[in-house]
Amino acid sequence: MSPAEPIVVVRGLRRVFDVSPPWLSRLIDREPRRLLKAVDGLDFTIVRGETLGLVGESGSGKSTLARMAVGLLNPSAGQVLIEGVDLAATGDRSARRAVRRRMQMIFQDPFASLNPRWRVGEIIAEPIRAFGLANGQAAAERVGELLNLVGLHPADARKFPHAFSGGQRQRIAIARAIASSPDFIVCDEPTSALDVSIQAQILNLMRDLQDRLGLTYLLITHNLAVVRFMATRVGVMYLGRLVEIGDTDALFLRPRHPYTRMLIDAVPDLSMSGRPRTPIGGEPPNPIDPPPGCPFHPRCPRAVDVCRTETPAFVDAVACHLAHGDPGWLARG
Amino acid sequence: MTGALLSVRDLEVEFATRNGPLVALDRVSFEIAPGEVLGVVGESGAGKSLTGLAIIGLLDPPGRIAGGEIRLDGARIDNLPPARMREIRGRRIGIIFQDPLTSLNPLLRIGDQLSETILAHTSLTRRQARERAIAWLGEVGIPSPEKRIDGYPHEFSGGMRQRVVIALALCAEPALVIADEPTTALDVSVQAQIIAVLKNLTRRHGAAVMLITHDMGVIAETADRVAVMYAGRIVEIGEVGQVARKPLHPYAQGLMAAIPTLEARVDRLAQIPGAMPRLSAIPRGCAFAPRCPNAFGRCVERPPLLAVGARRAACWLYEEQQEPVLAEVPP
Amino acid sequence: MSEIAAPPNAESAPPRTFIARVKDSDLLASFLSSKVTVAAGVITSVLFLAALFAPWITPTDPFDPATNFLSDSLDPPSFVAGGDPRFWLGTDDQGRDIWSAILYGLRVSLAIGFCSVLLGGAIGIGLGLISGYAGGWTDSAIMRIADVQLTFPAILIALLLDGVAHALLKSSSRDESAFGVLVVAIGLSFWVQYARTVRASTMVEKSRDYVLAARLIGLSHARILFSHILPNVMGPVLVIATINLALAIITEATLSFLGVGLPPTQPSLGTLIRIGQNFLFSGEWWIVAFPSLTLAVLVLAVNLLGDWLRDALNPRLK
Repeated sequence: MSPAEPIVVVRGLRRVFDVSPPWLSRLIDREPRRLLKAVDGLDFTIVRGETLGLVGESGSGKSTLARMAVGLLNPSAGQVLIEGVDLAATGDRSARRAVRRRMQMIFQDPFASLNPRWRVGEIIAEPIRAFGLANGQAAAERVGELLNLVGLHPADARKFPHAFSGGQRQRIAIARAIASSPDFIVCDEPTSALDVSIQAQILNLMRDLQDRLGLTYLLITHNLAVVRFMATRVGVMYLGRLVEIGDTDALFLRPRHPYTRMLIDAVPDLSMSGRPRTPIGGEPPNPIDPPPGCPFHPRCPRAVDVCRTETPAFVDAVACHLAHGDPGWLARG
Repeated sequence: MTGALLSVRDLEVEFATRNGPLVALDRVSFEIAPGEVLGVVGESGAGKSLTGLAIIGLLDPPGRIAGGEIRLDGARIDNLPPARMREIRGRRIGIIFQDPLTSLNPLLRIGDQLSETILAHTSLTRRQARERAIAWLGEVGIPSPEKRIDGYPHEFSGGMRQRVVIALALCAEPALVIADEPTTALDVSVQAQIIAVLKNLTRRHGAAVMLITHDMGVIAETADRVAVMYAGRIVEIGEVGQVARKPLHPYAQGLMAAIPTLEARVDRLAQIPGAMPRLSAIPRGCAFAPRCPNAFGRCVERPPLLAVGARRAACWLYEEQQEPVLAEVPP
Repeated sequence: MSEIAAPPNAESAPPRTFIARVKDSDLLASFLSSKVTVAAGVITSVLFLAALFAPWITPTDPFDPATNFLSDSLDPPSFVAGGDPRFWLGTDDQGRDIWSAILYGLRVSLAIGFCSVLLGGAIGIGLGLISGYAGGWTDSAIMRIADVQLTFPAILIALLLDGVAHALLKSSSRDESAFGVLVVAIGLSFWVQYARTVRASTMVEKSRDYVLAARLIGLSHARILFSHILPNVMGPVLVIATINLALAIITEATLSFLGVGLPPTQPSLGTLIRIGQNFLFSGEWWIVAFPSLTLAVLVLAVNLLGDWLRDALNPRLK
C-alpha cells in the first residue's frame, strides 16, 4: 500500500476577530478592545481519500475553520496548505488558481447556496466555465451527466432552484461541487437542514460519490451520529481548539477527553438500551471571554486544580491534563 | 374517551388557495391522558406543527379548521370565540415555541414577563407574583434567580432563555403544555439539559405534554407515547419504546432505519426512496403507498388506524394479522 | 451503482414556458384582483401608446409652423359654443391644435421621464452595489454624499444643475441641449433612493452562501456583483422606478412651468401649462385645463401602478 499522502495540512492556524466597539466609543467610554479568538491554534492533516469529521457546538470555531480551509477567509496566523499550496499567501497566482480547482464546498442551507435567479444548469456549469474546462455544448452535456450522477434528471437543468425540494437542492449543490472534478470537498453541516429520511439519501450519495470519484472530505457537523457514519477519523473542537482526534471507532469506543464523552452521552439513546451516561452540565462558553486554564474546566466533572490554571497542550492526540500518559483514564469511574 | 385530557377527533385543516382548498390535516385523531407525554414526530410538511397550532387556536388565515372536534377536559375548544381562546391559552394550555428569541419580548425584563403572566391567570398580588416568578426561575435551573429576574432576554444564553420560556409556559399551572420543537435551536449539550428540565417540571406539576419535533431521539428520551405523522395523517401511534424499536407502519420502519446511530460503522444508511408528497399532490388512498416496499392492491383505499394490540397503525397489512411486518430493507 | 439515483420524483414536472409561468403567477392574480390597479394599468397603457403613435393619430403636427395658422388661434374646444370641429380640444395662441400638442407633449414628458429614470437608476444601482459590497470607507463616502444630497429637495437640485448647465453651454445650443440637460438634472437628483435600497439588499445578499460559492471558484468581484448579486436586488428597484417615473414627469413639468425646462418650440406638458396659464384669466381655459388633466391622470395612474407593485412584491404581506 502506498503511504497515505496528506492532501490538506493545517499548521498553527489562528483566526481572531476584532469585535471591539467603534473607535470613538472606545475613546469616550474607555472600553478595552475586544478580540474574539475563533480559532486558537489548530494542527491536523487530512489524508487523500479519507473523511475527517470535525464536531463541535456553537463557539467551537468549526465554521470559521471551514471558511479558512477553502480560502474564503484568511488566517490571522498559521497556514492552510492544500496540496502544498498556501491559499492566503500572496504570490504565485496561477498556483493558487490551479489549487482552487481542486477544492470545493457544500454548504448547510440548500435554500441559500443556490442563486435563486439562475437556472440550475447555469449554476452547475459555473465552475466548469470558470476554470475553462468546457464550453457551450460540451458544458451542457457535462451538466447532464452530473445531474444523472446525483440522482436528478438532465431536463432539470432548465428549471430554477425554487422548483425543487430541500433534498433535491442539496443534490444540485453536490453536483456543482463535483463539477470541476475536485479532490477535496469541505462539507459544512451538509444535512443539518434536511429531514432524517432525506439526510439518509444525501449521506449515502456522498459516500457513493466518494468511492466512485476518489474524493476527500472534511465534514463539519454537530451531529455525532452523522460523523459516526461518514468519517474515518474524528476531531473534536472546543472553543477554537482541538481537544481530541483519532480513528472513529477508537474515539467512540474509548473517548479520552471528558468533552468527547459528554457529547457522546448527549446523543439520545434511540434503542433505549439504558447505557450509562454521565449528566451534562453548563453551556458552551462565550469565545470572547474564555475561562482561564483549560477552557472546558467549568463544565468538566473531573477537573482538578491544574486544569483551572494551565492550558493543556495538545499531545498524543488529546488536550487534557489527566489523559496524558493514561489512555484509559476516562473509562474508569 | 373518558378521562382523556385532550381529545382530537377527525381534525381537518385546510388552506384556501386560488386553485381550491388544500387539505393540510386529513382527519387526525388522538388523545392525551392527564400527565402523559405524547410525542408527535414527523418530517417537514407532515402537519405536526399545524396540529399544535390548531389546538391552541393560532391558525392564521388562509388556514382554517374545516372539520372535526377538539375537546379539553370534555369541553369543545375548537369553536370558541378568540377572547375565550385567549383565556385558555396560558391558563389551561401552555405553549413553548422553538425560538426563544421570538417567544420573549426583548424590551421587557424577564421578571416582568413572568409576573404579568402569573398575575393574568391567578389572583395574587404583585409582590406575591414576583416571588412566585423567582421561585419558578429557580425551578427551571437558573442560578441566582433573585438577581437574574431583572435581566433582559438578550443577557441570557440560548439555553437559559429556553428555560425561561418553560417557566413562562408552566407558571399558570396549565394542565397541558404544547411544545413545538423546543430544543431544535439549541446546542447538542444543552438540548439534553432542557429536555430534562421540561420532563421533570411537567411531571412535578402534573402537566401533560404534547411534544412536537422531528427529532425521534428527543421523543425516545421524553415521551410515554408517540404519534408518527405523514402527509397530514397519523400513521402510527403507540407506546414509545415499542414504536422506536419495532415500528409497525412501513413509513415508521423506514424512518427509524434511516436514523444514523452511534453503533458500529455501517456501509449504507437505510433510505426511503422519493420524498413526502406536496400538499397539492397527495395520492388517493394511502399517502405512503408510492414509496412503500409492501404496497399492494388494497392500498388504493386510505387505511384507518387499525388496532394491533395496544398500538394502532394505519396500514392494510394489519387488517388480519396482529404481528409486526418487517419491511424489505436492504441489509 | 443505480442505488445512487433517487427514483424519478413525481413532483418534478417538466419546465414550464415563460407564458405559462406568467399566467399562473401570483403577480398576475394580484394585478387582476384589484379593479383600481387594472384601471390604472389600462390608462397608463393607453397614454403610452397614444404618445408612441402620436404622429399617426393627430390630425396635425403642432410644431410644424407651416401647418399653423394664426387665424385659427384661440378657438375653443369643438364641443363648446364657438368651437371649430377641426380642433377637438381647441387651439392655443399660435393656432396649434391642443389635442395634438398634448400628445406630442406627452411624448416629450414620457421620454424625459424614462430617460431620467434610466440614468438615475443606473447611477443609483451602480453606486448602491459598490457601496454595499465594498463596505468600509467606500461605503461611508458614498453614503455621506447621498445624505448631503438628500438634505436638498430634488427640485432645487434639478434647478441647480439646470442652471449650471445653461451657464456652461452657449446660448445658441441651449434649446437643442435642453432635453439632455433636463434628463441629466432630473436623473442626478433622484439616484439616492436607488442607491440606498440596493445597498441594503446588497449587504444582505453578499453574505449568502451562493455568493460564497462564487467567491470560492475565484470569480472577480465585478463578476460576482453583476451576475450574481444584481439580479437579486432588482426587485425593490422596479417599485422605486415606477414611482420615480411619476416624480420625474412632475419634476420636468415643474421645471418647464418655471421656464427653465423645455423651450416653447418643443413643449412638454409642463410648458403647455405655463403657456396656458397666461390665458386662464382671459377666458381661454382650455389651453391650461386639458394638459393639466392629462398630466394629473398620467401621474396618478403611474403612482397607483407603483403602489400595487410594491405591495405585490412585498414578501411580508403574502
